[in-house]
Amino acid sequence: MDFTFSDEQVQLRSSLQSYLAERNGFERRVKISRSEPGWSADLWRGLAEELGIIGAALPESVGGIGGGPVETMIIMEELGASLVLEPYFETAVVAAGLLQAGGREAELEAIVRGDARYAFAWAEPEGRYRYHHVGTRAVRDGSGWRLSGMKAVVGAAPWATHLLVSARTGGDIRDRDGISLFLVDPAACGVAMRGYPTIDGRRAADIRFDDVQVDATALVGTEGTSLSLIEKVGDVAIAALGAEALGVMRRLVQDTIDYTRQRRQFGQPISSFQALQHRMVDMFMKLELATSAVYLATLSLDADATERAKAASAAKVSVGQALRFIGQNAVQLHGGMGMTDELPVGHYFKRATVIEGELGSTDYHLARYAELSKAAA
Amino acid sequence: MELRLTPAERAFAETVRGFFATEYPQDVLAKVREGSLLTREDQVRAQCALQSRGWFAIGWPEQFGGPGWTPTERYIFEQELERAGAPNIIPMAVIYIGPIICAFGTPEQRQRWLPDILESRAMWAQGYSEPESGSDLASLGMSAVRDGDDYILDGTKIWTSGAHWADWIFCLVRTSRGERKQQGISLVCVPMDAPGVRVEPIISIDGTHELNRVTFDRVRTPIANRIGEEGQGWHYANVLLASERLSYAHIGRKKSDLQAIRRMASDLPGDFAETMIEEPGFAERLASVEIAASVIEISVLRALTGEPDAAVISALKIACTEAAQQITELWLELADRYRQPFLERTLSGWNRTLPEAKRFAVPQTASYLFERAQTIYGGATEVQKNIIWRLLARANALPRQGQAVS
Repeated sequence: MDFTFSDEQVQLRSSLQSYLAERNGFERRVKISRSEPGWSADLWRGLAEELGIIGAALPESVGGIGGGPVETMIIMEELGASLVLEPYFETAVVAAGLLQAGGREAELEAIVRGDARYAFAWAEPEGRYRYHHVGTRAVRDGSGWRLSGMKAVVGAAPWATHLLVSARTGGDIRDRDGISLFLVDPAACGVAMRGYPTIDGRRAADIRFDDVQVDATALVGTEGTSLSLIEKVGDVAIAALGAEALGVMRRLVQDTIDYTRQRRQFGQPISSFQALQHRMVDMFMKLELATSAVYLATLSLDADATERAKAASAAKVSVGQALRFIGQNAVQLHGGMGMTDELPVGHYFKRATVIEGELGSTDYHLARYAELSKAAA
Repeated sequence: MELRLTPAERAFAETVRGFFATEYPQDVLAKVREGSLLTREDQVRAQCALQSRGWFAIGWPEQFGGPGWTPTERYIFEQELERAGAPNIIPMAVIYIGPIICAFGTPEQRQRWLPDILESRAMWAQGYSEPESGSDLASLGMSAVRDGDDYILDGTKIWTSGAHWADWIFCLVRTSRGERKQQGISLVCVPMDAPGVRVEPIISIDGTHELNRVTFDRVRTPIANRIGEEGQGWHYANVLLASERLSYAHIGRKKSDLQAIRRMASDLPGDFAETMIEEPGFAERLASVEIAASVIEISVLRALTGEPDAAVISALKIACTEAAQQITELWLELADRYRQPFLERTLSGWNRTLPEAKRFAVPQTASYLFERAQTIYGGATEVQKNIIWRLLARANALPRQGQAVS
């Protein structure tokens, strides 16, 4: 057992930290977010080429550095602390995870080079959080397929060069069998993307697929059996998103401490009031336990399916509760200033609110944990 | 003791309900229903509709244009307004400053300001908080210096709701620096178009523009625009704050929100159960907020119909605003991943691109963000608790039950 970071990992964190401090400061990020594209191609290039971050956790065989879940955790935490907009999570964590299992080396190489950006279209308007709620259908058409259906709130889709889409090649909506994965060009005929900004300053889209033709190579992995892969990558994604949340919360706690120490009312810094001190201590405690929960999920990713899934749900619950408590109280202790668009705290709170509701809410993962424990007993 | 309304009160409720169903502007109700933002003109039409029945200045004495209701009738009216889904009355003019003008204004001031408020010809803003004086409002520093028949005003007000719509602003200003900081504060009204008044928007966390920073740079306003005596502004403001705190109750809104949540949760599919209403975690949380709302309602009614107790009023401000925030959390859970879209709700048809069943998610997520303010404004929760404790720490301060009225 060892919870220490290696020298290389410490180095990775500090170089990413200083890079982002210089290139993704608060004002600059807000400007990028409000620009027409809503993301920075320069920053993305920099992450790929100058830092080699995009391939940091991908195998050397595709041009990566060969790191693993701990490297992903470090990167995601720093991206969270800096509220990075660019689609590292969607591309280098989620899509790369799915593509690795499908043995898609060429696509992975393009990711590492910084040439490809992905979005994973899994959720549907009626479906909430279950990955097997798939109504989108893919039917055979010659040697290829035709896809039809509707996908909801697909994060980073307006920026994507490639879409990964879960679609049903057999069975009924909510069946566990019959789910396949397809690689789709967002510019293909029949793809209608309705993009919009999101509350956390990013972009997402609702996407309609209307008889979209793809060839045989579009199928990633094997036909009809992709659910367990998607669920596994879902747990990888929870560990990574949880790490991002740690970065977000670290900043919320620190900003709140700093603000209450300089804000004076009743002739003294408001941090001198015990009610506020204890609140900030509670925030710190939630952050500490959420950190352990993310470690647990990250280090359990190679465990058997039940243990891995339980650790992921435990992390999402702990992180979700911490995000809500820390986010709400950071705003509360900033008073009116916390309610504005002017200070970082509001922006971090909105990212916290999105993460809380992504990949399953706290309620969802409490129920999932209970179900997994019951099945295992 | 009797929980039920009298037949006359029930008949009154029927009348009010009928008014909202037929006479009130239905397009305003439709806008609120779909979560679109209202324009100033929408608000004015809604207020004028209320005034056509004499139901606008609900907290004013009858002689100045109030409806002359009992506290129960007023409560019934507010319930029905919120149940109908009508927008809350913008409180600055008619709820906050109106009653103060009625009580402490000169006959000339009443003549000049009250009719314009009643007929919605003038909107008002409240200039209390300052950048360095929030919770500690009495430390405010905006200065008013006499110059002949005028005051010269210098300073900055912040969190001024609706200043960009307002014709007048009532300000707490410092007219002298006495021994206690509460002394030397006066209440002065200023036309928003006076030279030297500048309004700067503050964009809120939900992306909307409701709040402002208002700066006063050598603004000249006649001493005749001061309400009441010089140096007594803190007293008038406290009379106001007391009436403000219970105006946060919004029990009708809570009840209709909870009903809407229950209805929607019965339709929306769940993850582990058929529908959201059958998901155990959600169902329990909904039930506990419903319980809180029904119990808070009795407390509010007891406070409204009996002797108001300052500790209870502050406690209810906390309870009501926290319950309102819990309701927004229930909405957020129903919104699931549709909490993410950020759409411009001033454009008509803004929600057309979203699946119909998830359109509620956009305004409800905005509420989740914006209603964080409820526990901050009007005296933050932490400040209310300090107030309550100071009251409880006095000898025999605990509100008592069943005492003979002396």
